[in-house]
Amino acid sequence: MSTPTRARTGGGTAVDRNGAALPPVRGRGIRRRGRPGQWAAWAFLAPVVVYLLVFYAYPLYRNIDLSVRHYTVRSFVHGGAPFTGLDNYRTVFADPTFGPALWHTVVFTVVSLAFQFAIGLALAMFFTQHFRLSATLRALFLVPWLLPLIVSSSTWSWMLNSESGVVNAFLGLFGAGQVNWLTSPDWSLWSVTIANIWIGIPFNLVVLYSGLQAISPQIYEAAQLDGAGAWQRFWKVTFPLLRPVSAITLLLGLVYTLKVFDIIWIMTRGGPSGSSTTFATWSYRLGFANLLPSFGPAAAVGNLLIVMALVFGLVYIRAQRRQGLS
Amino acid sequence: MSRWKTAIGLALTGVMLFPVYWMINVSFTRDTDMRKSPPYWFPVHGTLEGYRAVLDQQLPYLGTSLVIGLGTVALTVALAAPAAYSLAKLRPRGGGALGFVLLIAQMIPGIIMAMGFYAIFLSTGFLNSVLGLIVADSTLAVPFAVLVFTAFMSGIPEELLQAARVDGAGVARTFWSVVLPVSRNSVITVSLFAFLWAWSDFIFASTLDQGGEREPITLGIYRYIGNNNQQWNAIMATAVIASIPATILLIIAQRYVAAGVTAGAVKD
Repeated sequence: MSTPTRARTGGGTAVDRNGAALPPVRGRGIRRRGRPGQWAAWAFLAPVVVYLLVFYAYPLYRNIDLSVRHYTVRSFVHGGAPFTGLDNYRTVFADPTFGPALWHTVVFTVVSLAFQFAIGLALAMFFTQHFRLSATLRALFLVPWLLPLIVSSSTWSWMLNSESGVVNAFLGLFGAGQVNWLTSPDWSLWSVTIANIWIGIPFNLVVLYSGLQAISPQIYEAAQLDGAGAWQRFWKVTFPLLRPVSAITLLLGLVYTLKVFDIIWIMTRGGPSGSSTTFATWSYRLGFANLLPSFGPAAAVGNLLIVMALVFGLVYIRAQRRQGLS
Repeated sequence: MSRWKTAIGLALTGVMLFPVYWMINVSFTRDTDMRKSPPYWFPVHGTLEGYRAVLDQQLPYLGTSLVIGLGTVALTVALAAPAAYSLAKLRPRGGGALGFVLLIAQMIPGIIMAMGFYAIFLSTGFLNSVLGLIVADSTLAVPFAVLVFTAFMSGIPEELLQAARVDGAGVARTFWSVVLPVSRNSVITVSLFAFLWAWSDFIFASTLDQGGEREPITLGIYRYIGNNNQQWNAIMATAVIASIPATILLIIAQRYVAAGVTAGAVKD
């Protein structure tokens, strides 16, 4: 129960005011209104509840159903696909794509997160210092995050082009040979990871920046009086106090990164020869990009992705709760 | 000292925004210079060929995206604002669980939603329709919108609502005449993001609108890349134009953007 309350009061100063206003409201509600108040409350909620059921719960259910039946194009349209239990999952696990796709998903996610977070934190620390234009420059850093993914992905595609790309032209200035960023199996995964890091830095910067802002300057002053150097202040003050914000930043980053599809699909389509295929692109290829779509296995791969996201979400919530108890 | 930091800041921003600059540079490059090595670092022989191609071929796509974006905004606000009012001020039993569900809903990968929608739309005939895409795109924004609205509306002083009640306003009237006007800023934040996400959506467009009559701009660019691999100035010109909403957003609504990014993530 702790999570939704936190989400509800995520608005900064609003929290305190709301927290203070909460008890009398509840008391009055029970005494004077009771039931009718509940009716009104649910009447306002009803559209979203219906919406969630129709457009979230049903697609999810459909997806699970797809993954446990043997669907063909015909039965997909007309229904009546036979129940096959976990056959689709067995097919997926036995597929030679499974191992590499899992590995690529993990590498893509972990490397992206590590660099996005480290660079985002470094930039956030830099921007907390006061200098001219700092607010404007910080705003400009948001640009990569706001651009449509197809825009950034196609721009990176052209920049990483083997013969005419600006990246190779730049490396050429230092005497480097031509790197086949998108067409060599050795480099394709790194290329899409680099593009994804670039897109993710702004989010990390903004969230970590506001986290840093929330740390009282007096703590730093106290640490400084106690003789802590800049390095010590970072490791002994900033880092521990930033831990809750860091945790949520990493969790959201993880959930987003696991889902990343557009960037990879537009830049490499998961290729060449599957060298940048992740679960997300694999699922799409199975379901939509083949002449004969295999909806069952596609849904199975998608469900594995959800399970991965959920596992990390639960780990996070558990860690939060443990912290709350201690 | 401060001047040095500004210089470093400018350099870092320059590195970060180089791809954006490059997109603009390429959009002005002549076809004949496109494969030149090393490339021109500035558009010395600038041309508008690319933009002319966009005007000729991409305008309908842009129009479709605009309609989809605005439709998504309307649907998102209409669904999310009343729900948030309820969660923040009316305290329904079980509301906390709903907040949790919304949090989880954001974790579902787009590909899963796309596959589910594909099955539903196929049987109901909503494939390749603007309305279908509006509904699908709204799922990108609704959970976020409810969370942002709830956070904001929780901060509305209770006295304000009480005053309305004393004046004889019912729950619905209070929402419409007091809560909604006061929440103007969060409506702007939510609308901006809903529009931007709908405008940028690629996965729903490419799965639910394959071969429809009216396709959004993201598909326009995608087909461009697939079809004429050579005409990169036109592709980049389309990309520049597709970035206009994001740019406007950043210029006129920067504080709303920052508010939106942090609203979901940072607590207390």
